[in-house]
Amino acid sequence: MNKYIYLGIMVGVSCLIRVLPLTLIRKQIKNKFIKSFLYYVPYVTLAVMTFPAIIEATSSPVAGAFALILGIIASWAGLGLFPVSVICCLVVFILELFI
Amino acid sequence: MNKKQIFLSGLRDGIPIGLGYFAVSFSLGIIAKKAGLNAIDGFFASALTSASAGEYGVFSQMVMHATYLEVALITLIANARYMLMSCALSQKFDKATSMLHRFFIGFYITDEIFGVTIARPGYIVPQYTYGAILAAIPLWGLGTSFGIIAGSILPTRAVSALSVALYGMFIAIIIPPAKKERSVLIAVSISFALSYICSIIPGINELSSGTRTIILTVLIAGVIAIIFPHEDDNKEATSCIESNEEVAS
Repeated sequence: MNKYIYLGIMVGVSCLIRVLPLTLIRKQIKNKFIKSFLYYVPYVTLAVMTFPAIIEATSSPVAGAFALILGIIASWAGLGLFPVSVICCLVVFILELFI
Repeated sequence: MNKKQIFLSGLRDGIPIGLGYFAVSFSLGIIAKKAGLNAIDGFFASALTSASAGEYGVFSQMVMHATYLEVALITLIANARYMLMSCALSQKFDKATSMLHRFFIGFYITDEIFGVTIARPGYIVPQYTYGAILAAIPLWGLGTSFGIIAGSILPTRAVSALSVALYGMFIAIIIPPAKKERSVLIAVSISFALSYICSIIPGINELSSGTRTIILTVLIAGVIAIIFPHEDDNKEATSCIESNEEVAS
């Protein structure tokens, strides 16, 4: 087993999965269900991947939970990607000093 | 905004992504080392694959000397959600966008780059995504290399804090539309709840997180799409581009 063949398969398959739909679907999809489905996909995927993963990623689950809550509040208040990320990191860093 | 400004704004949005990537791929490097990768292998493997769960799966299979077919299947399953994202992105491209732009943007679809790309109103401007890619992907590759070289030098506390940078970004992507549209708010709330439930139910929680993500995404997005069909926003999208350009100029 050659490690470069393994890595080649990984790179090749990852590339095909991502590039094929984007290059093959050139028309606007007309079907209302498919359009709605594709509209919701990103939000659902990201939400599923955020929770509970965020409380499993930190050393202390409580710190992760606080990062989630404060992140949601900050984002709801209108802050952008970078500030929200920084707030989440700081919350964990500070809380884990005490926990 | 001209193309250069759009590129720069992509670069700026890519920095938090890159910082989060660095932390995550650092830990990926520790597994990559066990799979026999050196720092240079690790950099290219990560920078050309840019998939956390996919790479994790492959590296752990390599440690176990799996067959090539198994490695191909693991890559397919762990990355299947990118196929959905690629379909979604295809709908946000201007028909005139060249094959080359489609290829490069497709090649670098990750959860985060997809998120920031789709969050922009109107048609996709490739330069924005290229900015984000250029800021984020090299850090993803470098993180893996550092993980391979340095192993566990970085203090746990720093890794722990950095590891939520990614999730902070996810939050910042999903909350604004959830605030604006009730259907997105419901979709996000259900996603949080079901994702949590699936992580504790015996049996289901043994599925890889990649598989759970695919199943839940198809299920939840499907049901929400039936209950709340989304209005056609093409006209809206075009007018958004126009109004944005006006604001910028």
